[in-house]
Amino acid sequence: MKQIQSRLRQTARQLLSEGKVDLLIGYRQGSLPLKTTPCFVSQEEEAVGLVWNSFCTNNLAVYLPGLFRPDPRSRKREEKKVGIVVKGCDCRSVVGHLKEDQVPREDLVIIGVPCQGMIDEKKIVAKLEGKEIIKAKEQDGQILVVDEKGQEIRLAKGNFLRDSCQVCQHPVPPLYDILIEGETARQALSDEYAEVKELEERSIDQRWEFFQREMSKCIRCYACRNACPLCYCPECFAEQSQPRWVGTTDDPSDIMAFHLGRIFHTAGRCVDCGACEAACPMGIELRKLTRKLIKDVEELFGYETGVSVEEPPPLATYKLDDDDEFIK
Amino acid sequence: MEKKKPNNGGDQPQNRQWQPKIVAFLCHWCSYAGADLAGISRIQYPPNIRVIRVPCSSRVNPLHIIKALQHGADGVLVSGCHPGDCHYGSGNYLARRKFALLKRFLEFIGIEPGRVQFSWVSAAEGQKFASVIEEVVEDVRKLGPARRLVKNSVK
Ligand code: SF4
Ligand code: SF4
Repeated sequence: MKQIQSRLRQTARQLLSEGKVDLLIGYRQGSLPLKTTPCFVSQEEEAVGLVWNSFCTNNLAVYLPGLFRPDPRSRKREEKKVGIVVKGCDCRSVVGHLKEDQVPREDLVIIGVPCQGMIDEKKIVAKLEGKEIIKAKEQDGQILVVDEKGQEIRLAKGNFLRDSCQVCQHPVPPLYDILIEGETARQALSDEYAEVKELEERSIDQRWEFFQREMSKCIRCYACRNACPLCYCPECFAEQSQPRWVGTTDDPSDIMAFHLGRIFHTAGRCVDCGACEAACPMGIELRKLTRKLIKDVEELFGYETGVSVEEPPPLATYKLDDDDEFIK
Repeated sequence: MEKKKPNNGGDQPQNRQWQPKIVAFLCHWCSYAGADLAGISRIQYPPNIRVIRVPCSSRVNPLHIIKALQHGADGVLVSGCHPGDCHYGSGNYLARRKFALLKRFLEFIGIEPGRVQFSWVSAAEGQKFASVIEEVVEDVRKLGPARRLVKNSVK
């Protein structure tokens, strides 16, 4: 980890000093323990602030489309080269951006980092049952937490991985300009779609109950949408008023319509980075829903998201012998 | 003396047998013409559908379907040209993928199979159009009024 971090800083310094990038997106220490925060580095000297550890959870790809968006009036975009630090999942989001023509490849420097799985802060907080966390650091596969009484608690990192990391199949970025060498990434841990299958097998009423229960918690803050690298539309259907696709009330059906719209927009595009679920303040199980689509896209169209820029998106192409059974 | 209200079926739902309302999105080139043919040929089919003509089955956005269910449709039918017959070449192939996913997803969250249906009906298939409508109406009738996703009364 430490080695990766120093190599990362060195690479960043070099890229900036040689003018290969004007801006570099990475992580720096957050103001709270167990957190890093995204940072935008444009000066060589700032590169020492970059960090790499098991708390680099944010998907930084979310910032890319905005950085390259043309000015609405002049329709021109600012010339700049952007470097971005990516884990496997973030990289697959970038592949999506390239595929969807949101980001010019020639102006992008992808700095890949093999990922060993990131920590879910909420799981640690839950484990400590109300104790306040004053300090946290990482040491030999363990997380060292200091609580408000100065007591040190050691936690095995493996028990606190994010759910999305536990089923991740691509810890190594599939596309990069520079790969920071580091410890080899781990294997995916559990049956990939176990939780989706479990829900599929329940009765229709139980499935509805699940959906209704999850949706009833939603406060429509749209954090899930804002954290998602796919949701780059300047104007979201959720806010459009001509036509008004979804009502803006807190009526359960409007909340459901928003989610169905959002989730369906991720079809064939979601890389299961987990950013939506991590951002949700209400702890809604959003990944179970998006993963159902990932599973079906794989089953129906044999498509895996974010591994190839050239392969056309599954909903923008077809085969003559696609499944027809369900049509009268 | 209390005047007896004429019983013309009334507009109170409890006064008459519930009738399913089906929103049918028909593509202009095939299914809409198929519906036309059914009409011209005087083929009988249940009067429960409200037709919305769309240029192509792939014009139908999943949100159109969800919105229909939100605002009073008991069932939704999307119908387009047979594979190979799309006026625009590939619209129905793209629609087929989209709806294959949507259908599975709606069932995954607990929307009854049968609420939302899909068909291919060509301009020459007046008879098929009538029988598709019969089947859809029958399926939805069995399911009863839509409750899930309905605005102001999600159950
Ligand atoms: S829907 Fe969620 S898991 Fe999928 S790409 Fe967006 S933020 Fe990541
Ligand atoms: S982040 Fe959570 S609460 Fe906010 S809109 Fe999304 S699902 Fe709802």
